[in-house]
Amino acid sequence: MKAEPLATTVDSAEIAKFSGLAGTWWDPTGPMAPLHALNTARIRYLRDQACAHFGRDARATQPLVGLRVLDVGCGAGLLAEPLTRLGASVTGVDASAEAIAAAQRHAEGGGLVIDYQVGGAAAAEGIFDVVVTMEVVEHVPNLDAFVAEAVAPLKADGLFVAATLNRTPKAFALAIVGAEYLLRWLPRGTHDWQKFVRPSELARALRTLDLHVRDVSGATFDAATATFALSRDVDVNYLLSASR
Amino acid sequence: MVGQTLALALAGAGVEVTVLERAAPEAALAPTFDGRASAIAYASARLLAGIGAWEALAPHAQPILDIRVSDGESLLFLHYDHRELAAGQPFGHLIENRHIRFSLFAAMARAGVRVRAPVEVRGITTDEFGATVTFADGTTVRTRLLVGADGARSFVRAQAGIRSRGWEYPQAGIVLTVAHELDHEGIAHERFLPSGPFAILPLPGRRSSLVWTERRDMAAQITALDDERFAEELRDRFGDFLGDVQPSGPRWSYPLAFHRAETYVAQRTALAGDAAHTLHPLAGQGLNLGLRDAAALAEVIVDARRLGLDFGAADQLARYEKWRRLDAVALIAVTDGLNRLFSNDVAPIRLGRDVGLGLVNLLPPLKRVFVGHARGTSGKLPRLLLGEAL
Ligand SMILES: Cc1cc2nc3c(=O)[nH]c(=O)nc-3n(C[C@H](O)[C@H](O)[C@H](O)COP(=O)(O)OP(=O)(O)OC[C@H]3O[C@@H](n4cnc5c(N)ncnc54)[C@H](O)[C@@H]3O)c2cc1C
Repeated sequence: MKAEPLATTVDSAEIAKFSGLAGTWWDPTGPMAPLHALNTARIRYLRDQACAHFGRDARATQPLVGLRVLDVGCGAGLLAEPLTRLGASVTGVDASAEAIAAAQRHAEGGGLVIDYQVGGAAAAEGIFDVVVTMEVVEHVPNLDAFVAEAVAPLKADGLFVAATLNRTPKAFALAIVGAEYLLRWLPRGTHDWQKFVRPSELARALRTLDLHVRDVSGATFDAATATFALSRDVDVNYLLSASR
Repeated sequence: MVGQTLALALAGAGVEVTVLERAAPEAALAPTFDGRASAIAYASARLLAGIGAWEALAPHAQPILDIRVSDGESLLFLHYDHRELAAGQPFGHLIENRHIRFSLFAAMARAGVRVRAPVEVRGITTDEFGATVTFADGTTVRTRLLVGADGARSFVRAQAGIRSRGWEYPQAGIVLTVAHELDHEGIAHERFLPSGPFAILPLPGRRSSLVWTERRDMAAQITALDDERFAEELRDRFGDFLGDVQPSGPRWSYPLAFHRAETYVAQRTALAGDAAHTLHPLAGQGLNLGLRDAAALAEVIVDARRLGLDFGAADQLARYEKWRRLDAVALIAVTDGLNRLFSNDVAPIRLGRDVGLGLVNLLPPLKRVFVGHARGTSGKLPRLLLGEAL
């Protein structure tokens, strides 16, 4: 499978931003700590949505066995590795060559087999059961083009799952002022509020591709335990799943 | 015992686990290997039931129906009656360690837990992705997470470079089983004698297990006495409230120490049980605390695994560490404080503690806190201790 980054779906300044952090991606106490904290809620959501969609038992040791998953914007594999352990065969793509190198090194060290590629979403059509793209759509220049490209490789009965940040005043206060400036949780400039995506915008982009939203859930930060939990509050971090 | 409990909990949830043990099973199950009996708190019994080890233990378990704490010859004493508890359940059960060891071994065999015993762990190296253990014969095993449940002088702890702080008590614990004429009625006695606590713990039948603390030099002299003179020393302290008392079986003497590891986790490594902390035995909480470690660690591992997360990674180990640390610190402070308060004969302190014990008795809310700890139900409990599945 060959994949080339497209000018409309990839912002090179954004990619450079993440490439600089690739070496620390797997350090749960490093600059990517918030992503590690968020990861538990993201995987739980993805696992449960996929189990509901494909009729699997979420408490099984490998509930996703036999499913082909495409992770668009996989970074250093924070999502791709757990999905592999849950039984899925995962293809991870990312526009940052540094991130992919870090992902490959880490998977090898942990004895996991994951197909990593530098680039955008795959060119081949209709081969994946699940396409996921998490914490990516708020960094792309053209949402519609990005979503169309991401959904193309999805099978007719496949599941699409995205996680991103909502464009609300609360998200500005928490994700930018709070996380980047006050807590210094994220490097300044990690996020650009204007690029945050409302659930309705994502839903519209999916509808033109004949995908319908199945569920929208929030991931809410609990300061006392420094963890995210799934919730109904979609004002800041949220996850969305869609199928045909 | 803690390591085997953890292995059983994990195997039950489908996690691949191998137990490495220095002692050969025959040796560890011999009646002379471990003379102690353990007070198994109510929550710990639920854990043992959950991992399939309780059924075989039940016939050997003596329910504790009442705990009487007294101060030498003083009349004031702290009195816990199990009928004060909501469901009228016992505080816990007393079980001889040999029975606990045996039933854990049997449960491991039934569950198909891989056991390598006897083996001597000689070397440990860790990296970002796992730990490699080297045995005395030069063979190795590789794992994502190494748990050191290897007791107070933990090799795993030393290899991980985790420092342990603490001190030796100037006391030793003489441990033996006694037979007595009258029924103990399920009552446990903790007496604070000038030399240290003297605990009479009811066993099934007309037998009790004693933990008798003495200054170390005294303990050595007492345990070396011939049978007749040893029995005399015993009766002096035990009294005649259960009729005639006879030592039965061998005597052991355990030096008492307190220590706590500075951290319970390191790269690809977690400590549990006595490897992480030892307590003064006066509260009978050492094993219970270790079983709570096992239940919490099993829960962290299984929760991570259900999400495909790497359970040996630093963020998962940090969850375990954070969860367990408070419990250990609180118990160490309480038991050490009690021992210091009671192991002396200074008049003002004596008066103070007499009044203190009497007061605790009069104040129901304070007593409930004490009772909660005695039963092992204080704090946020792991699912296994609540009697739930992992
Ligand atoms: C006198 C006395 C009375 C007590 N009474 C009570 C009580 O009533 N209630 C209670 O809850 N607690 C009590 N305790 C405390 C309790 O006994 C301990 O907390 C408990 O035994 C700890 O269990 P563990 O599995 O952590 O360690 P251990 O029981 O010490 O087990 C460690 C295991 O690791 C193995 N090992 C060690 N090094 C290696 C190596 N290099 N390679 C391979 N294997 C190795 C050992 O063979 C052993 O089997 C008492 C303690 C004392 C001293």
